[in-house]
Amino acid sequence: MHPAFSVIFLTTLIGVGQGLFLALYVAEAGALFELLPAQEGGGFFAAGSALALGFLAVGLFASFFHLGHPERAWRSAAMWRTSWLSREVIVLPGFMAAVFAYGLAHYLGFGGTLMLGGLGVLLCLGLFICTGMIYACLRFLQEWATPLTVVNFILLGCASGFTFAAAFAAVAGGGVTLVFGEWAVVLALAAMCTRVAALVRNRRIKPKSSLQTAIGVKHPRIAQKAQGFMGGSFNTREFFHGRQPSVLRLVKWTFLVLAFPVPVALLLAAMALNSQPFFMLAFAVQYCGLVAERWFFFAQANHPQNLYYQAIS
Amino acid sequence: MTQLALVIDLNVCVGCHACVTSCKEWNTSGAAGFMSDDNPYDRDPTGTFFNRVQTFEVGEYPDTQTVHFPKSCLHCEDPPCVPVCPTGASYKRPEDGIVLVDYDKCIGCKYCAWACPYGVREIDEHQKVMKKCTLCVDRIYDEKLPQDERKPACVQACPTNARLYGDIHDPESVVSKAIRDNGGYQLMPEWGTQPANHYLPRRKTEMRIHKDELERADNPLKIDGLLPKPGVKEPALDDVTSW
Ligand code: SF4
Ligand code: SF4
Repeated sequence: MHPAFSVIFLTTLIGVGQGLFLALYVAEAGALFELLPAQEGGGFFAAGSALALGFLAVGLFASFFHLGHPERAWRSAAMWRTSWLSREVIVLPGFMAAVFAYGLAHYLGFGGTLMLGGLGVLLCLGLFICTGMIYACLRFLQEWATPLTVVNFILLGCASGFTFAAAFAAVAGGGVTLVFGEWAVVLALAAMCTRVAALVRNRRIKPKSSLQTAIGVKHPRIAQKAQGFMGGSFNTREFFHGRQPSVLRLVKWTFLVLAFPVPVALLLAAMALNSQPFFMLAFAVQYCGLVAERWFFFAQANHPQNLYYQAIS
Repeated sequence: MTQLALVIDLNVCVGCHACVTSCKEWNTSGAAGFMSDDNPYDRDPTGTFFNRVQTFEVGEYPDTQTVHFPKSCLHCEDPPCVPVCPTGASYKRPEDGIVLVDYDKCIGCKYCAWACPYGVREIDEHQKVMKKCTLCVDRIYDEKLPQDERKPACVQACPTNARLYGDIHDPESVVSKAIRDNGGYQLMPEWGTQPANHYLPRRKTEMRIHKDELERADNPLKIDGLLPKPGVKEPALDDVTSW
């Protein structure tokens, strides 16, 4: 598939926002059980929620560039019974509203933030599932059609969100920096395992479709001689990444290095040195790694329609 | 239930692209608006088409067959492109099984194109909505047209009659008979989409002639030939009359 940056930024940015919100809720719930230090006033949570909301809003904004008719985007809430995309379109604003209410309740010092936050957590998980299922439900995109897709969206989002939360806590104070940092390390390592598992799985995929099933001719040797046009078409632009295999390999190794080991090392160093810039650097590096990861996620998927577009003249 | 569909006979398609141009002409002039082109007479021409004719070479030289392969939306009976559409712009008509896009609802998210394994949906780069074969829904029910013209433009245009059109759920229709009698098949059956459009395979027209068909066993001349001939010296009828 051709990786679209609108979707790359949408999925990575809302992942950070979701992870950050989960981190905030963990801090609040942990304090309730006296596992974590309680925060003075609501400022910490309000500022954190505002940042999470910022990530979600920028992600949502990026998604509009994917649409041909953004002014009709409201229509996409219609088919939630059948379409995961429609469900995401409903859950994302719902989650943003919950984050907003959560932050506001903290800011104004209202009670019931745990309840509101709990609702937010549910919506947050729902959003992760919707986002992952948009890709995992397309069964003939065999690279995506696996539960690992959903798991990776959850873990990668949480890892980046907790890394950001650690950087945020390092600046804002509140005594939860180390906890966030440790969680971020664990989540990054877990995400690395599941992402590598997906890579291994995808290397072994046997394509179900072939040129033989595509045109229904049972002969081992079929070669396309013409695809019906000499220039390009939507089909040649949307479904091919158009890069050399070497570029794909480079991007794969880039994300394998930048999204996992480097930020983990930076996080460990930041925690050891209690250094704010290291926390920030860890997040910046990891985010770049995740952009590469998402690019590769799209580029790797091989659509069966490509069988019909192998040769030009 | 009716399921309108095309049956395309690969045995007779000569790859002339008449269906492509006829489709484009009809549908770009329709009420739904033009189908945009860019650089039509320039380098890298590109445009929106509902129908494409591709060419494949099967086998190895010198034993090759050239297969011309027209491809358009197959109006799947279980279309994966429909349930994924978030707006409901893509839908399958219950009354005749045609899969359509409502251009006024489509937001151009391209998700349906991702969900179609056949690569027959094309976004219109200028109107920014998803387009695909409509089975000429604006022709086939048009009572102002004479009865024999109420069929898709591609079917009408095909000079070799490689494109048949009809209801595949009616066992007596021309398409059902063609599928039944000529081994009609569906594309990529492995995805369970149950395409309504079928293809008829290449087939060799062979005539098997046995020797006894070349020489009639009951040819009366041959029968005569088998009668015992009188010897030369035997008296013949002539001898009798020449007495
Ligand atoms: S051929 Fe593609 S666009 Fe047409 S009905 Fe089937 S899945 Fe949908
Ligand atoms: S591009 Fe249009 S028809 Fe296709 S899924 Fe999106 S809204 Fe539906």
